[in-house]
Amino acid sequence: MPKDPSITSVLVIGSGPIVIGQACEFDYSGTQAIKVLRQEGIRVSLVNSNPATIMTDPEYADRTYVEPLTPEAVEGILERERPDALLPTVGGQTALNLAVELARRGVLDRLGVRLIGASRHAVEVGEDRQLFKEAMARIGLEVPKSGFATSLDEARTVLEVTGLPAVIRPSFTLGGTGGGVAYNLEEFEELASRGLDLSPATQILVEESVLGWKEYELEVMRDKADNFVVICSIENFDPMGIHTGDSVTVAPAQTLTDREYQVMRNAARAIIREVGVETGGSNIQFAVDPKTGRLVVIEMNPRVSRSSALASKATGFPIAKIAALLAIGYHLDEIQNDITRETPASFEPVIDYVVVKIPRWAFEKFPDASPSLGTQMKSVGEVMAIGRTFKEALQKGLRGLETGISGFARADLDKTRIKEKLLAPDPDRIFYVKLALDLGWSHEKIFRMTGIDPWFLDQIQQIVDLEKRLGPEVFEDAESLRQAKRFGFSDLRLGQLAGASEAVVRAARKALGIEAVYKRVDTCAAEFVSYTPYLYSTYEDECEAEPTDRKKIVILGSGPNRIGQGIEFDYCCCHASFAFKEEGYETIMINCNPETVSTDYDTSDRLYFEPLAFEDVMNVLEKEKPVGVVIQFGGQTPLSLALPLQRAGVEILGTSPDAIDLAEDRRRFSALLDELDIPQPPSGTATSLEEAKAVAKTIGYPVLVRPSYVLGGRAMAIVYDASHLERFAREAVRASPEHPILIDRFLEDAFEVDVDALGDGERVVIGGILQHIEEAGVHSGDSAMVLPTYKIAPPHLETIRRYTRQLGLALEVKGLMNVQYAIKDDVVYVLEVNPRASRTTPFVSKATGVPLAKVAAQIMAGRTLAGLGLTEDLEVNRIFVKESVFPFLKFPGADILLGPEMKSTGEVMGISSDFGIAFAKSQQAAGYHIPTSGTVFVSVNDFDKPGMLPHAREMHELGLELVATKGTAEYLNAHGVPAEMLYKVAEGRPNVVDFIKDRRIGIVFNTPLGGESFYDDSAIRKSAVLHNVLVVTTLTATAATVQAIRALRERATDVASLQEIHREAGTPGDRPSASPRPVADGGLGRPARREAK
Amino acid sequence: MLALEDGTIFEGWSFGRAGEVTGEVVFNTALCGYQEVLTDPSYAGQIVTMTYPHIGNYGVNPEDVESARPQVAGFVVREAATVVSSWRASGMLDRYLDEHGIVGISEIDTRALTRHIRTHGAKRGVISTAELDPETLISRARASRSILGLDLAREVTCERPYEFEAHSEAPSVAPHLVPVLRRGETRSTQSDQAPLRVIAYDFGLKRNILRNLSAAGCAVTVVPGTTPAPDALAMDPDGIFLSNGPGDPEPCTYAIEAAKRFVDRLPVFGICLGHQILGLACGGKTFKLKFGHRGANHPVKNLETGQVEITSQNHGFCIEPDLFDGPDFVQTHVNLNDGTVEGFRMRDRPVLSVQYHPEASPGPHDSHYLFEEFVSMMKARREAR
Repeated sequence: MPKDPSITSVLVIGSGPIVIGQACEFDYSGTQAIKVLRQEGIRVSLVNSNPATIMTDPEYADRTYVEPLTPEAVEGILERERPDALLPTVGGQTALNLAVELARRGVLDRLGVRLIGASRHAVEVGEDRQLFKEAMARIGLEVPKSGFATSLDEARTVLEVTGLPAVIRPSFTLGGTGGGVAYNLEEFEELASRGLDLSPATQILVEESVLGWKEYELEVMRDKADNFVVICSIENFDPMGIHTGDSVTVAPAQTLTDREYQVMRNAARAIIREVGVETGGSNIQFAVDPKTGRLVVIEMNPRVSRSSALASKATGFPIAKIAALLAIGYHLDEIQNDITRETPASFEPVIDYVVVKIPRWAFEKFPDASPSLGTQMKSVGEVMAIGRTFKEALQKGLRGLETGISGFARADLDKTRIKEKLLAPDPDRIFYVKLALDLGWSHEKIFRMTGIDPWFLDQIQQIVDLEKRLGPEVFEDAESLRQAKRFGFSDLRLGQLAGASEAVVRAARKALGIEAVYKRVDTCAAEFVSYTPYLYSTYEDECEAEPTDRKKIVILGSGPNRIGQGIEFDYCCCHASFAFKEEGYETIMINCNPETVSTDYDTSDRLYFEPLAFEDVMNVLEKEKPVGVVIQFGGQTPLSLALPLQRAGVEILGTSPDAIDLAEDRRRFSALLDELDIPQPPSGTATSLEEAKAVAKTIGYPVLVRPSYVLGGRAMAIVYDASHLERFAREAVRASPEHPILIDRFLEDAFEVDVDALGDGERVVIGGILQHIEEAGVHSGDSAMVLPTYKIAPPHLETIRRYTRQLGLALEVKGLMNVQYAIKDDVVYVLEVNPRASRTTPFVSKATGVPLAKVAAQIMAGRTLAGLGLTEDLEVNRIFVKESVFPFLKFPGADILLGPEMKSTGEVMGISSDFGIAFAKSQQAAGYHIPTSGTVFVSVNDFDKPGMLPHAREMHELGLELVATKGTAEYLNAHGVPAEMLYKVAEGRPNVVDFIKDRRIGIVFNTPLGGESFYDDSAIRKSAVLHNVLVVTTLTATAATVQAIRALRERATDVASLQEIHREAGTPGDRPSASPRPVADGGLGRPARREAK
Repeated sequence: MLALEDGTIFEGWSFGRAGEVTGEVVFNTALCGYQEVLTDPSYAGQIVTMTYPHIGNYGVNPEDVESARPQVAGFVVREAATVVSSWRASGMLDRYLDEHGIVGISEIDTRALTRHIRTHGAKRGVISTAELDPETLISRARASRSILGLDLAREVTCERPYEFEAHSEAPSVAPHLVPVLRRGETRSTQSDQAPLRVIAYDFGLKRNILRNLSAAGCAVTVVPGTTPAPDALAMDPDGIFLSNGPGDPEPCTYAIEAAKRFVDRLPVFGICLGHQILGLACGGKTFKLKFGHRGANHPVKNLETGQVEITSQNHGFCIEPDLFDGPDFVQTHVNLNDGTVEGFRMRDRPVLSVQYHPEASPGPHDSHYLFEEFVSMMKARREAR
């Protein structure tokens, strides 16, 4: 059946800010869905609070609402748009939950909006453990036996069903803490008692242990005609017990016979039917007992997922796009496979390579949190690698992680801790597995301790065995060198083993004629001709790259997501690609992050799915011979390749690598500022601790110390005295050994400002000046920001504009530039200049309606700002507030205080013509409730008490009840603001934590300052995080929050689309239009309308 | 070394038995199920390349076999496993091939080989561990027999009739999931009546077909493919099954003649080579595909229900669609990849025939219903008598 004619308009719900477990894969899937729906002539509106996404670019949907993903906001949008249908299956669990809530509230019925993609029932069965268990029972499938218990007696009863070993999980504890596995009755009693005690609900789940079982996932699709296909099977390297998002995963399944695989496939088919997913994709997880082959169903997600994004990239089959087409009525056999063009989408992709996904964690950001891995996902990003064998893909993936290793090689392992590391998984485990194999541990023993399948162990063993044979003699031994490359060893790693540099190995390898070849990802294992140049490297006979002789450019992506380098940079890379395509270039993307839009096979003309290491990039460049390489959009990853690539004779487009180095190199940069007569905080550099102490003494404490060349404030700290300096300087040096430590005077209580600007070498145009809401000391990536500025005097703004132009011209910026300023005591200081895309580039683009990254790319392609009609600084006609979103809930133990080290994973945008409402929306979008009545808690240090007073008074006048710790309460009462005294945690009960638990406190205002006092209040803050209570830790944020409360009480919030906002602002001159992306003819799953004879 | 008749050479490592073997080089895209592929008699005379690079990971076991031993002429892989990981495994693939005298080659750029076959068509080839001179091997490949016009079925059929022991082997369809898959359809169960008697013509029969027929309530007698029709009819069967098998259908004149006798008399079900033989018996023509269909992911549309089945396939020949120009035959299934004929039935007779493999093994179980249809035809006939 073709398209359902009754659907002419659809609202798509996005997934909101990037958080752990829900990242840019949903930008990828949502963008695909929106593009294809529009191609089908459907009017698409979109709601997503995350401005850093491609999907929220105004040219994608007809109406784009950057609004909080709350039922109220979405209801407002539905009222305005009145779409025929709501598509919630491409926006993660966030979108599904929101859709169900809207259905539950009767909003969808009232407005006559159909839910497409997944029914309310299907979502509920997928989410509700009990309903799911019953559904599985109806179709004769097993789930792990389990039951809830609220007492030890009940727990014993459940144990009779589950048997030992059993897993005990306390309900509603932070990060699932307090659980464990009981292997005997004594352990069971102990764990059950403790779990009941720890659970706020006095409830535990007792579950049959499937820890160590083999873990599989199937990505499946179904259409209205009940046609069913498996897109991809995935086998987890790390067995049951570690969240699949934290597991190394492999596609396709490696150790299942056809008999077992087909049983799983049949089960998946039965499940998707029983749960009732009529159209679209689902992810189904299974566990298999390695001893008996017993199969149990773990869960199913009736939507596209992180795994489906991975499966799409792994196979070339665009699941989200096809799911969107199925949702509007098409059948699988009516949709064409883009890659082969001749065959339909109603088939099962087969692959002739191995795909390995490796998570990337950020535990270094949360030193107080345990790095142990379990059923709660903790990784912040992932890398995918493709190789012809598992060995090759694994080693490519490990170097693609960009954690400073050249492959499967870590020098910092402790031989005495192998056993412990194998038994208690953390991010190091895979390296300890290799070490154990290296030391001759038996596969049997390692399997017993880790549950890692012997086949995987043997693959690593092969790497270990070959590695032992790789020494200096490898340069004469073509056979071994070729074998090593086939096993995925990098030149850098081979150099380490042979005592030579990467360059020497590379030259020797080429002299022996050992060169990378490129194979295509084609969905069909070469059975049909593929038309999509989606490539990966390997070392074999035949190369299928077939480079064209067109004028082309290569864009380097940003690699795996990490804190400090995420979706914002992928957004910029995509824009660079679009812009160069419009300028008539062939665009080639190199990236290894499967979650992203940039690694969609139709974002660029060609896609090389490769690690962003010098070797891999250089190999592509030698094959493709582009006119230039774009490195300023992908964050630090490509930037760090700028100089090596330039030295290798590669043309770097845009701002010169030398200018980038000038901006990064403190000494050179200071000299420049002196020359331009622009003040900066007193600073110095040091290469040793002694030097650092001397510098700090000259500058005067407090100082900000950090290593050079890092992003996201890694290892950055504010240091108040010499002993602190000693500790932090050590860490800073370790973080980046090649580069000196930077030491700056820390400007306490300064206002900070971020400026995003464009330069073409002759002119600088400012895109936006954003004021940080938190004062200096909070990393700019974590600070809430507002555009336009709201508390900065016009002369200072003028100074900022002047400095920005001076800097842009001095650095001869061709493309994007970001400058950070601090204003203290009426002096504007430059903190840093980054002549590249910044984290705020997409935010400013959304606010102004001018796609800064795209303009930057046009400049690189030779255009001028004047030629593009951009001669005036950009203006905005609303207030845009950016708020950051943090992963503290996933890291029990970590304190939530903000500092110079970036900790946020994502961002949201609040838009209004009123600051208070815009700020309120940003908080709602970040998941917090701002109460307009009820009780708030205040606890500030002596220094902040006078500053807090007016805000406290205002809240009192607004009718809120105040409770405060003793000192704060006394101060407030003494100044005429009534506040009830509440115990601190150590003072007695009921104390503030009890109040938070009982949800009697709406907001926590807690502003500690200085070193040690940080820890006193952490119990309060942790409790607030656990109960999702907004915690405000600075006075400036307090002021903003109070304004938000007032605004929410005084006026109604409204919603508006970016298109309306931008139209209202008018389009000055022939400003580069945000024209719809040209869509490849015949691509994008255009239904083929095949007629069967 | 692997040499093709057109002069293409691939160098790799010996695996399985050392030696030399010739055959038609074809590729199979199934991700797992290599043991079923190896033991499928339809691959007789062929050197099979697996496109998935890791082969042998789960070893071999006594259950996942389609005949008593590997049937392929040779086996080409990218990487052969050096360990075995499966609770059902009884041995390693490398050993298994060696024991059965199958010459294999590993560390081959199987994708390049596959692309070559896709572009230039299936080729005669030779794998040798003894002779490493390319020119010599190429000429040996050229001198080897061509599959066109070759009656390989005669070489792999059973020597004498035998009864398939019911319950001796479980079909590879998980039985408890089948009713789930086809809700609303009643599954044929063992009735009080005598079981349906099926004569299965063995042209290279896969065991899973027998397992499926048996599970559907049939008592199966397997007979050599050369059995004359009167001999089969004399056993008074409820239906005739024409099996899969290797090679070109046209030289199987004995079977075509027999099939002509059956279609007017009783229910007939053909699979793969059996389907082609039926097509020829009905007056159709067959042709050789450029590089065949071999894998477990081919979409086939059932033209009568509109449903798409993901099917297991293994064939190098195909029926011409002009069979359906006349009124007597109805095309029931079409391959969605290339539009070729995948199945037909007779308009007014209980004759059912598919090109692909509803018994799967390896591959999805989507087409299991065909066995039930065959059983229904036989039941209907019995009731009418």
